[in-house]
Amino acid sequence: MSEQIEQAISRKYDAGFVSEIESDTFAAGLDESVIERISAMKNEPEWMLEWRLKAYRAWLKMEEPEWAHVDYPKMDYQAISYYSAPKSMKDKPQSLDEVDPELLRTYEKLGIPLHEQEMLAGVAVDAVFDSVSVVTTFRAKLEEAGVIFCPISEAIQKYPDLVKKYIGSVVPRGDNYFAALNSAVFTDGSFVYIPKGTRCPMELSTYFRINELNTGQFERTLIVAEEGSYVSYLEGCTAPQRDENQLHAAVVELVAMDNAEIKYSTVQNWYPGDENGKGGIYNFVTKRGIAETNAKISWTQVETGSAITWKYPSCILKGDNSVGEFYSVALTRGRQQADTGTKMIHMGKNTRSTIISKGISAGNSSNAYRGLVRMGPNADGARNFTECDSLLIGDTCAAHTFPYIESRNPSAIVEHEATTSKVSDDQLFLCRQRGLNPEKAVSMIVNGFCKEVFKELPMEFAVEAGKLLEISLEGSVG
Amino acid sequence: MIHIKDLRASIEGKEILKGLNLDIKPGEVHAIMGPNGAGKSTLGYVLSGRDGYEVEGGSVEFKGQDLLDMEVEDRAQAGLFLAFQYPVEIPGVSNMEFMKESVNAIRLARGEEALSATDFLKKAKAACQQVDLPLAFLKRGVNEGFSGGEKKRNEIMQMILLEPSLCILDESDSGLDVDALQVVANGVNSQRDGKRSFIVVTHYQRLLDYIEPDYVHILADGKIVKSGDASLAKEVEKTGYAWLGAKAEEADA
Repeated sequence: MSEQIEQAISRKYDAGFVSEIESDTFAAGLDESVIERISAMKNEPEWMLEWRLKAYRAWLKMEEPEWAHVDYPKMDYQAISYYSAPKSMKDKPQSLDEVDPELLRTYEKLGIPLHEQEMLAGVAVDAVFDSVSVVTTFRAKLEEAGVIFCPISEAIQKYPDLVKKYIGSVVPRGDNYFAALNSAVFTDGSFVYIPKGTRCPMELSTYFRINELNTGQFERTLIVAEEGSYVSYLEGCTAPQRDENQLHAAVVELVAMDNAEIKYSTVQNWYPGDENGKGGIYNFVTKRGIAETNAKISWTQVETGSAITWKYPSCILKGDNSVGEFYSVALTRGRQQADTGTKMIHMGKNTRSTIISKGISAGNSSNAYRGLVRMGPNADGARNFTECDSLLIGDTCAAHTFPYIESRNPSAIVEHEATTSKVSDDQLFLCRQRGLNPEKAVSMIVNGFCKEVFKELPMEFAVEAGKLLEISLEGSVG
Repeated sequence: MIHIKDLRASIEGKEILKGLNLDIKPGEVHAIMGPNGAGKSTLGYVLSGRDGYEVEGGSVEFKGQDLLDMEVEDRAQAGLFLAFQYPVEIPGVSNMEFMKESVNAIRLARGEEALSATDFLKKAKAACQQVDLPLAFLKRGVNEGFSGGEKKRNEIMQMILLEPSLCILDESDSGLDVDALQVVANGVNSQRDGKRSFIVVTHYQRLLDYIEPDYVHILADGKIVKSGDASLAKEVEKTGYAWLGAKAEEADA
């Protein structure tokens, strides 16, 4: 493999700075009293605490899953702090003017200005810093349309009936080890409610930032789209460069009622660790949506960060004619490991799903696609199309594909296509002969490989995602 | 334009160019002919700096610079263009995107401003028309699913857009029918302006009916064994390369 490609993929992480912010951080450790304290910090009603404790008790009896194609030392769950919030957030600032300027600077540095007039028009942002939401923009404008977009901690107090009805309805408390842990200790995240027949007037977006050392981030996002409504939601994530591994165990639940559509996009850029695999985020995430009759759920993810990714955004196609989509770009380099994919559970008649997965492996990384397509006995005429493409850069990385297909209905049609290719020296030479430097050349070739997925991202973010790949691939060519 | 002196180069330890000398002045068209395996394509790759082609000796001066000391992209930015014999595909990257990046990288290196999207599009459309490629080709992935002839025309389209000082055409005629050959030749001829130089590498004399060279060189066993004017190509057409056997051995001795 040519030296230029090796240089072109050497790492550089732009979001690795630490913000000097005084925080209230719980001492490390987890027991029922910690959960009681989290619940008390958030002023939660009794039912919420009960729910958390039940999740915790379930978690204690569960075992950490080991089936994923990833390798890491056992985690010590007593060494993690389960709550950290900037001190300045204690008094609950009422407007942006009252928010600690250092917090605002953090987001500005990340390219997420929180002043509405400076933002991308048409995008509302919820900014979550460690365990709390700092600010949610454009709330007034959204309220006019009847849309609720707020931190989930606030929703639990303001809209308890909605939260109570839907939380855990798609990802139950005891669904899996990390989901159970999240259910016990989740701190913040976003809540979105789109009323019947409403098209959400702007893109909604949540930006997650882990700052404090030795804390985990356990966010919980719940999106409910009532009958005939539409919403497009995007999440972004970054964390400082640290030598210790940090755990991020999130749960996202989507509910799309009849004829509703939810488009959920992720640009994940958690700190991936250094070239020797030291540090980085463990991104162990459960994301699932349920689609009722004629509803559509579309997941798009661009995963470039994290030391380890364990993530399978899934669709339960419950209603007849419902549609599930999964578009994914996962880039691993250095010592990164990713085991990611989706589950499409076809229950209703004529349900359709599409899976387009693009895995890019470089350096000494390992990149696995794991996907399940299940055609239930009632899924007459259901269809799935899956395309899994792997691109290898260099000869020390690995790509794996683990497709699972279960069909219990003879009228269902499942298609699976898979390819593996390399960035060839021929392609690189052509680009360089046309005057492009090796970094530009590799990023252009990789962007071309990902095009089918990028076109699914909201326009403002497609450009961002392209740039992110470029930064990820940028080398320190001297 | 370019002075090649006693150039020796090898691939995987096997010597392919064994002391090649060639001088090209601005505006000249030099045809390089020769039997298969003579080192014709190697010359293009060595001059453009492809990995895996080791220079063992000699020197190459290009527009006053030491060419062999430059990176691939620096050579391209300095005005050296290679039209590939077998252009490779880059799936998902549109021809337009690719050429816009390329044109602007070269313009910036020359100290010119990057072209705006509109100005670039104008130029790209004109270049497409010149080589008889439908405009839809600008939107398609680089060489993705192109026929052999379309790939060759696409190379010439790129050459027109990049306005290089020295163009090396590596068997741009292979696999073309007469009509396509004429299109490629017309594209090349339109770029002859008295300043731009060309190295036209070909196995057959046919292309030289359309692109009239100033000089013809016969390359055999890594060396130029005979040089002449356009009539030399005609001679080769009649007699083939068989007579070279003795000649090459003579030159080696």
